Amino acid sequence: MTTNRRLLAALRSPLGVLAVLACAALAFLAIFGPVLWGEQAAATNTALISQPPSPEHVFGTDGSGRDILLRTLVAARLSVTMALAATAVGVVSGVLVGLLPLVLGGRVGRWIVAGINIGVAFPGLLLAIAFSVILGQSGVAASLAIAIAMMPNYGRLTHNLAASVWGRDYVSAALVLGIPKRVIVFRHVLPNVRDPLIVNAAITAGGTLVSFAGLSFLGLGVQVPQYDWGRMLNEGVARIFVTPAAALVPGIAIILAGLTFVLLGEVLGKALTPEGTRSLSARALRSLMPTRRGAEAQRHAGAAGAVGAAQPAVDTVLSVRDLRVSAPQAGGTLKPLVEGVSFDIARGEIVGVVGESGSGKSLTLMSVAGLVEAPLHVSAAAAHFDGESLTLSEHGHPASLNHHLGQRLAMVFQDPMSSLNPAIHVGDQVAETGLLHLDMSRAGAKAAAIERLTDVRIPDPERRYGQYPHEYSGGMRQRAMIAAGLMGTPSLILADEPTTALDVTVQAGILELLKRINEAEGTAIMFVSHDIAVVTSLCTRVIVMYRGKLVEDITADDLRAGNAAHPYTRALMATVPTMDSPRGEPMASIPDDADFSGTSPIGVIEELVPTTEAIRQLDFEGPTR
Amino acid sequence: MSATSADPEVTARPVARQQESVWARNPWAGYLLRRSGYFVVSLFVLVTISFLLVQLIPGDPARLSLGEAATPEAVEARRVELGLDRPLIVQYLSFWAGLFTGNLGESISSRMPVIDVIVQRAPATLEIAFAAVAIALIVAVCLGLAFGALTRGGRRRGTEVGFTSVSAVLAVIPEFLAGILLVYLFAVTLQLFPVAGRSDFLSYVLPVTALALGPAASLTRIVRAETLTVLQQDYVRTARSRRMPAIRLYGKHVLPNLLTSTLTISGLLLGSMIAGTVLVENIFAWPGLGGVIVQSIQGKDYPLVQGIIIFYGAVVLLINLVIDIALILLDPRTALDKS
Repeated sequence: MTTNRRLLAALRSPLGVLAVLACAALAFLAIFGPVLWGEQAAATNTALISQPPSPEHVFGTDGSGRDILLRTLVAARLSVTMALAATAVGVVSGVLVGLLPLVLGGRVGRWIVAGINIGVAFPGLLLAIAFSVILGQSGVAASLAIAIAMMPNYGRLTHNLAASVWGRDYVSAALVLGIPKRVIVFRHVLPNVRDPLIVNAAITAGGTLVSFAGLSFLGLGVQVPQYDWGRMLNEGVARIFVTPAAALVPGIAIILAGLTFVLLGEVLGKALTPEGTRSLSARALRSLMPTRRGAEAQRHAGAAGAVGAAQPAVDTVLSVRDLRVSAPQAGGTLKPLVEGVSFDIARGEIVGVVGESGSGKSLTLMSVAGLVEAPLHVSAAAAHFDGESLTLSEHGHPASLNHHLGQRLAMVFQDPMSSLNPAIHVGDQVAETGLLHLDMSRAGAKAAAIERLTDVRIPDPERRYGQYPHEYSGGMRQRAMIAAGLMGTPSLILADEPTTALDVTVQAGILELLKRINEAEGTAIMFVSHDIAVVTSLCTRVIVMYRGKLVEDITADDLRAGNAAHPYTRALMATVPTMDSPRGEPMASIPDDADFSGTSPIGVIEELVPTTEAIRQLDFEGPTR
Repeated sequence: MSATSADPEVTARPVARQQESVWARNPWAGYLLRRSGYFVVSLFVLVTISFLLVQLIPGDPARLSLGEAATPEAVEARRVELGLDRPLIVQYLSFWAGLFTGNLGESISSRMPVIDVIVQRAPATLEIAFAAVAIALIVAVCLGLAFGALTRGGRRRGTEVGFTSVSAVLAVIPEFLAGILLVYLFAVTLQLFPVAGRSDFLSYVLPVTALALGPAASLTRIVRAETLTVLQQDYVRTARSRRMPAIRLYGKHVLPNLLTSTLTISGLLLGSMIAGTVLVENIFAWPGLGGVIVQSIQGKDYPLVQGIIIFYGAVVLLINLVIDIALILLDPRTALDKS
């Protein structure tokens, strides 16, 4: 029923109403046109040959003194019916041919698929012209030729759709039950591929109408005394100097009728495919939001604790005051995603940023890097990086800061597969910073990049330089990303969940590498993670974010000692399973709707979380911010 | 923990290599061989169908080509001339033999060897076809990329709506109607370009535009949609984090990732553009093969029809082959994975 409702909604939209009206007009002309004006349109008048537009003849008359407008209206019947007939025959035969390989299976099926694929290689109009050699030159022959020419395309579409359904469980179940394949195809497969086939048929009908007019225009379709729009064009073009309307009016009719079918297809497409109802901007907006990937990962390892405050760093590499990020909503309001976050990062410090998915930790990082784009809004009261003042906004940093940021700020992203460009050699991507910001020659940048690849322990770096990302393993891709960051002399590495997408063993290698860089070069690292165990082991300081706010800024030692002040931080630590967590009981988790913004979440937690020893031991009476 | 041991694939690879077949080790050679095989089979099907066109005509082709009034003797002579008196298999084999020796028979109406007609007329057709292909590709990539960049992330809604509607209408206008509209506007009304015929540079403008307009509009839409998809990819964010000029970002990091899908789709569009030349040539009285094929179908000049259909089909197959090879040069991974 939802399909019907969607269809109704789509037809009520402005485009839908337009499509319905246009179809109704076309249907009216096709049915009543020849009845109403047939005789008038056929009447030749030697006294009125090639007249310009006049009140009696709105678009003038053609070479035989016949009214151009009336002839165009009457010709609608032949043009539309022939196109629809060709579409119907082509679609039905295409569907049958496309389903045949599934029914027959085996060698015969593969031969049919190969035949379809060869047929698809040839353009439809060329096939139609070829078939009109066999079928002769008439309206019906041209219609049939177009139908045959359509068959391979539609067959391939049907086959691709049906083949994807064929692998589903309900088809396998039916096959096991011994139901004949032809029955399965019609009962289980066809209903599931019906919708895209209908949408395509509507759009195809538009193309068929144009092709049919094309054949008639060439003189290979409708023959005198019959006439369709194509035939009228054929006669009109020769006289385009005398009466341009004789060619233009049927031409416009073809375009309008073609558009009608395309429009119908689009409206049906919106109604029948759920994806079509989603607007592009909504999808784009979603892609800007923090990734949800962390949501399914679990939080593990560590202990629980009491109170402590972070020491303000003397020599800061990054300082941010009152950072705010918000997303415009449908009603014109702004939804805050990051609310007034302030923090400092000292030189050589490793700071972890933890929090659940959507807490704003990645957005904070991306805002600092100037990588958050409109429609999101970014603002900050003040921001400094490595001696330069930054203006944080959704427009990114000015080009004048490119060299400074390019050399001194490095980034490592979550998924190394998608973060490396699949079309460019890994080595060239590593070397790029050298070319862009360090004034290196091509050869110099390559040598430097190979050196960096060696530093991050990529084996055989000369050969690996010229390989594509897909030839690297996950761990090596992330090492290459880090190597790219090390091309300059970064004072800060912004790492956005750099180990989340990796295996645990590979994770350990990456963490070790980051630690080594930090120790050897004194590079500060801002490490976003939802994995509090990783953060407490790697970082010197931890920032906890919750629903867009910074709720805790604590040294890692204090956190490990159980000195966290905010109940959310404690709840986070409590969910970490330990070696002596009670077995057989469900793991502790923080419920989605638990609200820590108030003073004490204790009631919420006890009500919703199965009590484990770890949570029962918690002291929830600490102060909250 | 040692860093190298974190990547088990590194040590595992040489072992796996030994077990792979010759083709797996040379994916390029394997792909080229398969693709060429497909090309040859398609050519075979094309030639066979062109041969069968005449055989499948209901009734007697010899009688049809001469008309009802012809004497039985004339019909018999025509039958011998077309080779229809011989057994089917002999006709088929000699058709192939003719193809390999460049002898495609003689045009019934002009008595010229078919191969001469093709050699004489093909350049005019190929000129406008390839000019249109090149222009459509260049325009589509430049405009699609530009509009994709301008309207990314739902910005400039006005521009987006304008682009989408204009390109949708242009994409729907078939080449022969575009031709007629162009003739009316620029040749009849403004008299900037010649109405028909092939002479100087100006005479090429309208036919090539007519051919390129629709495909360029559809391709531009596709390139824009692809640009929007690519711009959402993580690797674009990585590139932006490296802070480079926009021209390098779009030219080096975005463009190569668009080309695969763009070229795949342009294969289909370019094929239909070859067919479109038939229509456009008939509007502009262009001295290519398009006028000849229509006349020879109407005049039942079967040897000429067969020859021209084989020519058109072979050009289409060749374009598809070139595009598939270009695809693996551009993006070896996707193309080789697909096959």
